Amino acid sequence: MSIHSKIVDDLVANDISFVTTVPCKQLAGVIDEVEARPEIFHIPSNKEDEGMGLCAGAWMGGKRPAIIMQNTAIGVTINTLATLIQYYRMPLPMLISYRGELREPVACQVEMAVHTKALLAQLNIPTYHFHKESDADELDTILKYTFMCNKPVAILTDASFWGGYGDQ
Amino acid sequence: MIRSEILKEIAPVIRDQLVVCNIGIPSQELHAIDDQPTNFYMLGTMGLASSIGLGLALAQDKKVIAIDGDGSVLTNFGTLPTIANNVADNFILLIVDNGSYGSTGDQPTYAGQKTSLAAVASACGCENVVECRAEDTKQAIEDALAGNKMTIIVAKCESGNAKMPVITMDPVVIRDRFMKAVQA
Repeated sequence: MSIHSKIVDDLVANDISFVTTVPCKQLAGVIDEVEARPEIFHIPSNKEDEGMGLCAGAWMGGKRPAIIMQNTAIGVTINTLATLIQYYRMPLPMLISYRGELREPVACQVEMAVHTKALLAQLNIPTYHFHKESDADELDTILKYTFMCNKPVAILTDASFWGGYGDQ
Repeated sequence: MIRSEILKEIAPVIRDQLVVCNIGIPSQELHAIDDQPTNFYMLGTMGLASSIGLGLALAQDKKVIAIDGDGSVLTNFGTLPTIANNVADNFILLIVDNGSYGSTGDQPTYAGQKTSLAAVASACGCENVVECRAEDTKQAIEDALAGNKMTIIVAKCESGNAKMPVITMDPVVIRDRFMKAVQA
């Protein structure tokens, strides 16, 4: 089974049925899989804070949401995380492509990578870092934890986890 | 008419509906005029009322009215294509367009100048876009509720705010009673 299918299987097994995504090359396979699953309503968003608003509404409407985005989005969404998701105490799994780590070909991506964990730590957001494919074995437990504590939770997935960037 | 006068007029029409209300003075005004468990007040996060409202409408069957402002829609312009391309016929977006950033001192917005939010919404692909005078807002909402079609209402009104107290209710209490109302 592909890692993309395994990840989306875990979402479905945890009753996540509303997923918003912002495109990412590393996450393209997961996004395709989300789109293909009948159990999931997939709604692409134009910006990550908009996506978090959609997820907040969906959760209040009775659906378990998730957002799929790049780590650059942490810079975009700090206000939304603090004043919406955390302030109203809402669960939000964030599957994040961790650009700018080992094997990164684009230097500018490193500029947000060096801030990513510090910002998440400053926000007291539980953060998990998938570096090897076997790290994803914990995803199911992380999702259960997220909906137990009603917090945003970050799952950072780096280039090594995805097997590098190929010819990019 | 200013925003608070519109809210007073539409309060009897929206009081039994799920309402997501924009940050700042709009929420303070609605809270003071007719606080209901079916109201979700935004205490922060400018721009996301329409996104929260759409997510809520897509997740369940009850009708949802998002009360937004021109300044907030300008802040989150990406919401209009998302709304247009994910039609929820139980969703009404009411944009109270007073041409100003009311909560921050009535600075003018571009919507009060050359930019038409109704035209933008239509260009984004929204199919039922109604621009109306402030005085006709109540009728426009009644029509939208009866129509069972996703509707964007742009209500043009004058700039100005009513003096209302800040909402002191805890956000988790607002959210919890709202979710109970959604499930009721």
